[in-house]
Amino acid sequence: MKALFSNPFLLDSVRSMAEVAVVVAALLFGTVRVLRHPVGRGRLKQIFSSRGARVSFGVLLFFLLIALLDSIRLPVYEIRAGERRIVKTETLLEKLYHPAREETLSAPLATVTLEGYRSRPLKGRHILGTDLNGNDVLLQALKGVRTALIIGGLTVVIVIPLGILFGVLAGYFGGRVDDLITYVFSTIESVPEILLLICLMKLMGQGLTQLCIAMGITTWVGLCRVVRGETLKLRELPFVQAARALGAGAFSILRRHIIPNVMHIVLITAILRFSGLVLSEAILSYLGIGVEPGTGSWGAMIDQARNDLARDPVVWWSVTAAGTMLFILILAANVFGDRVRDVLDPRLQGRRV
Amino acid sequence: MGAYVIRRILYAVPVILGVLVLIFLLFFVYAGGAQNIARQVLGEKVRKEAIEEWIAAKGLDKPLWYNPRASGLGRFEETLFYAHMHDMLTLNFGKSWRDGDDILEKILRRAPASLSVAVPTFLAGLGASVFFSLYLAFVRETWIDRFGTVTCVAMMSLSILIYIIAGQALFAIVLRWFPVSGYRPLPLGGRFIALPVLVGTLAGLGGAIRFGRTIMLEEISREYVRAARARGLSESRILGIHVLKNAMIPLLTSAVLSLPLLILGSLLIENFYGIPGLGSMGIEAIQANDFMELRALTFITAVLYQIGLILTDISYTLVDPRLRLR
Repeated sequence: MKALFSNPFLLDSVRSMAEVAVVVAALLFGTVRVLRHPVGRGRLKQIFSSRGARVSFGVLLFFLLIALLDSIRLPVYEIRAGERRIVKTETLLEKLYHPAREETLSAPLATVTLEGYRSRPLKGRHILGTDLNGNDVLLQALKGVRTALIIGGLTVVIVIPLGILFGVLAGYFGGRVDDLITYVFSTIESVPEILLLICLMKLMGQGLTQLCIAMGITTWVGLCRVVRGETLKLRELPFVQAARALGAGAFSILRRHIIPNVMHIVLITAILRFSGLVLSEAILSYLGIGVEPGTGSWGAMIDQARNDLARDPVVWWSVTAAGTMLFILILAANVFGDRVRDVLDPRLQGRRV
Repeated sequence: MGAYVIRRILYAVPVILGVLVLIFLLFFVYAGGAQNIARQVLGEKVRKEAIEEWIAAKGLDKPLWYNPRASGLGRFEETLFYAHMHDMLTLNFGKSWRDGDDILEKILRRAPASLSVAVPTFLAGLGASVFFSLYLAFVRETWIDRFGTVTCVAMMSLSILIYIIAGQALFAIVLRWFPVSGYRPLPLGGRFIALPVLVGTLAGLGGAIRFGRTIMLEEISREYVRAARARGLSESRILGIHVLKNAMIPLLTSAVLSLPLLILGSLLIENFYGIPGLGSMGIEAIQANDFMELRALTFITAVLYQIGLILTDISYTLVDPRLRLR
């Protein structure tokens, strides 16, 4: 048992599963909370009454499935000198789809490599070709899904409690607390987000966790601002005033009356924010300060393929694959987010926008 | 009016100071001291003496907040924090770590290239988004409107990386309308600037049009529009004059608030299209671990952003006198 836990590969696989587990747990928790509430069920039905929402939700679920497959790591054994040893781990996705590794670039469905005039035969066919290092482009594009979902999902999960807490405190208590919190977020806000992200990533170093932290720092600000604004409005409404007149304490008012009534705004902001986070990750990885090399990332794919675009014939498949995956994910998130907003935002009730 | 402007500017002062403290915390405190910074810049395999020398040459050999070895006020003045705040507030950004140039001079030298791309992008983006959102509001609830909205969402979903790469491939390599990359100063260099401006405008257009359309539709449902209709004004006149005027406040705000996005765009666009502006300076600073340049650029963009916010606030009060009293 001890040997198992000191195994770096095992630690690796536990971590990769934990990252996704947090996101999935948060999603399940949210869904159960919504389903247990009659109003929530009605709204959910309303959201899914549109075909766009159903399709985009299906796409998101499909991406989540790929990410899950890519998170379950299985050990690969090798028998060396009569002893079975773990040499590396492979995700379930790689077990299911394991294209041969080639020497260098090859076009989609080609049988020989592209490199120069000395074309070598390939070990297998690749639907989307291979990149400069001979990796299958389709596999890389699929591996980017996990990174994108974790960046978007984990950051949102981290940020929601922070945003609600500070937003509600600032909005409800006002005065000094409000001044302080507003000051902190307007300071952070006045540094352009991408520059702050770049500085943070430069200092913390590459990595998935670091990206989530850096993006958390820049993202809670927007959520906090929205929640604060909504709380300011709620604070003056009769039902909150009545609760206060009945002698309810500040924290029970926040818990029972304010927080449940800002949740729809939180949900809308979080879903619409998700796509921004995924896009930022691609940009940071493109700049070489996002995820570590070796982690699948669409931004990194685009960065690698950038120089090959000037080749003749043009090596278009890497950029196209990464760009298309990114586009599909963001489009699905945007369409779904818009639908959620249309249904949940009371200001939009009763008219089509 | 004057009092309002002064008060508004005074509000920005603590925020700017806060940004300076934030930058200090990031680059000096979080970075883990001079030794760490020197290793990041010089690499791991450098001799200890070389590192000490570098630290002394860059003036990083002082304590962070408090200097017990100095006397009197010097205990606070001979610290990195004081030096940082003093240098930044007097616009003395120091020398670049990667080539020893004066950073302020470098910024001023590179600013025209950035401006010659950013200003047309901003104006073209604002103009196009106002035009198209007005048009979509004019044809609301028709198939053109639906098609336009769907196109906007699709445009918003494309990464700016794709805009940059596909834009170059389409307009410069396939169609050969513009040079692939490069830069000449403005009177002659219009054709070099055209592609970055086009790409930058397109990249921001989807979101801007959709936002503009929402604002226009909100305005259309107001009483004054019904009154104008009752007076028998034509729909195009109502939209083009009455609605547009009232929609300008939120539109201008969102345009100013999207300025940071313009900075982001310029980072990537300038780098990709070889424009020697501040954006590509930022990318080079990132790649060379030049914290001095990053620090200066971060500070300057934050100050510019605050100035933009102040200008929008002032322009509101010009449009809507009620706001002056707040």
